[in-house]
Amino acid sequence: MHERHFAFLDESSKKEIRRAVLKAVAIPGYQVPFASRELPIARGWGTGGLQITLSLVGKDDIIKVIDQGSDESVNAVSLRNLIQETTDVASTIHTTEATLIQTRHRVPEQPLKEGQILILQVPLPEPLRNVEPSEYKTKKLHAEADYSGAWLKLFEDIMCYGQAATGADHPVFVNDRYVMAPTPIPRFDNPKLDHNPALMLFGAGREKKIYAVPPYTKVVSLAFDDYPFQRERFVGKKCRLTGLENVYLDELIDEATGEVYYQTNDSSYLLEFLNRDEGAGTV
Amino acid sequence: MSEQQKPILILKDFNKTFGKGCAHCDGKPENRRQGYCPKCRTVYACQDISLSLYQGEIVGIVGESGSGKSTLMQALYFDSEATSGEYFLEAYHSGEENLFLSSSQQQKWVRNMLLGMVYQNPMMGLKMNFSAQSNIAEKMIAAGNRQVHSMVERGDTLLEQVHIPLIRRKDSPSHFSGGMQQRVQIAKALANEPPILLLDEVTTGLDLSVQADVLELIQKIQRERKNSILLVSHDLSVVRMLADRTIVMLNGRIIEEGLTDQVLEDPQHPYTQQLVYSLL
Ligand SMILES: [Zn+2]
Repeated sequence: MHERHFAFLDESSKKEIRRAVLKAVAIPGYQVPFASRELPIARGWGTGGLQITLSLVGKDDIIKVIDQGSDESVNAVSLRNLIQETTDVASTIHTTEATLIQTRHRVPEQPLKEGQILILQVPLPEPLRNVEPSEYKTKKLHAEADYSGAWLKLFEDIMCYGQAATGADHPVFVNDRYVMAPTPIPRFDNPKLDHNPALMLFGAGREKKIYAVPPYTKVVSLAFDDYPFQRERFVGKKCRLTGLENVYLDELIDEATGEVYYQTNDSSYLLEFLNRDEGAGTV
Repeated sequence: MSEQQKPILILKDFNKTFGKGCAHCDGKPENRRQGYCPKCRTVYACQDISLSLYQGEIVGIVGESGSGKSTLMQALYFDSEATSGEYFLEAYHSGEENLFLSSSQQQKWVRNMLLGMVYQNPMMGLKMNFSAQSNIAEKMIAAGNRQVHSMVERGDTLLEQVHIPLIRRKDSPSHFSGGMQQRVQIAKALANEPPILLLDEVTTGLDLSVQADVLELIQKIQRERKNSILLVSHDLSVVRMLADRTIVMLNGRIIEEGLTDQVLEDPQHPYTQQLVYSLL
């Protein structure tokens, strides 16, 4: 049995991870290697993000854990339980109340504010990997700011699909220096990274990398001059429950009628909106 | 070409060794056996190679595998580091900077803008699972082009020039024949209109009729653009067809050089004589 530490990890491990986080903050978009620890969840299930969360969480923090926009998915719940069982910190589903938000594949719809930390789980941190398999070489390419490979991949997408086909994980240029994988967030969320007041941290457990976008950092999605970056567009579609249009929508199928409908992907945002409506109605 | 003209490429005392050398072989070429130290197993792949290339000239380098000719090409294209030597291009700082000592970024710039390379193995020169268009665009992207339309237009023009039907421009080279793959490599090499082309055994392994097509294409391109070409081949007949001057390499050294006709008519070194007689 593991000795019981606050937030599971021993203090020296947390210190080391925080040191990597500080370095990442100092060099926005740069992938800092760190000694990834074993956690009682399978690697690839968010251990990178979880290690950052566990290293940063303090007794007064209020945590929120989301998985693909949902606070209540099995993954989100089990990660949240692990954090709470070892820390006793409070949790919330409300983005505005949370101090630490661990997430997979989404940036919340509710705009973040100063002092908040968003921690993203990263499966594949290297934006050049699909054009360069060697880690030694990609490190060199980053050092030399040689991003031809990332541009080539975009060009190839345009050749094959007529547009940038990066459904998610569309590469971004951070602070005019490093090209970074924003993790598989939809392109819809990319613009939220730019000049965001919150600190955004990215943790890859299996690949042992941490990187960061500090508050108010310039983040630009890669795009050719004559093929401007585009978010997913939901033209003429809106959330069936809220009528919202300017949010990321899930496409669902009504099992009874077989009809396609759309629903706000961010579950807490959806709930807050519905409750706000109810509150207004009862007055 | 006139003798007063300045070469556009100069290579001086180029050496490439694999291994650290030892007291037996270091600085003592007489103790090396065919470019190899039997004591410490250091390979002297290229030894004291000096050569120059003039504007619009085709120089053929002939030798068997292991003669160091491909090692030489890789160093000239910065695929591998030189052990020692000097490398000057007239188009880069008026030929006053030794490119072997330049920064990796500068070497990349030279590679993209001043040189075009065609490898024997297309997997070295192409991304086999990216479209032909993307392979050509790679050089333009590396040169800073961020306009898709202009790159596609240029890619189309080049594909036409190397006789690849435009209907196949979105196909990846993995679906192409060997001859077509070499033609895509040639189109890619030409993408930024570099003054110098490096061709490493470009027709080796192709069927004879395909070889002839590719060689003719190279000839045509060179006549239209007046590129300078360094062409490496183990096949003297390829060199005979294309090269103005011929350099013969054996065990990492240049053993003979001269105008191609001269070398063919009156070979001096026994190895060259053997090559020439086998051609007859
Ligand atoms: Zn030796």
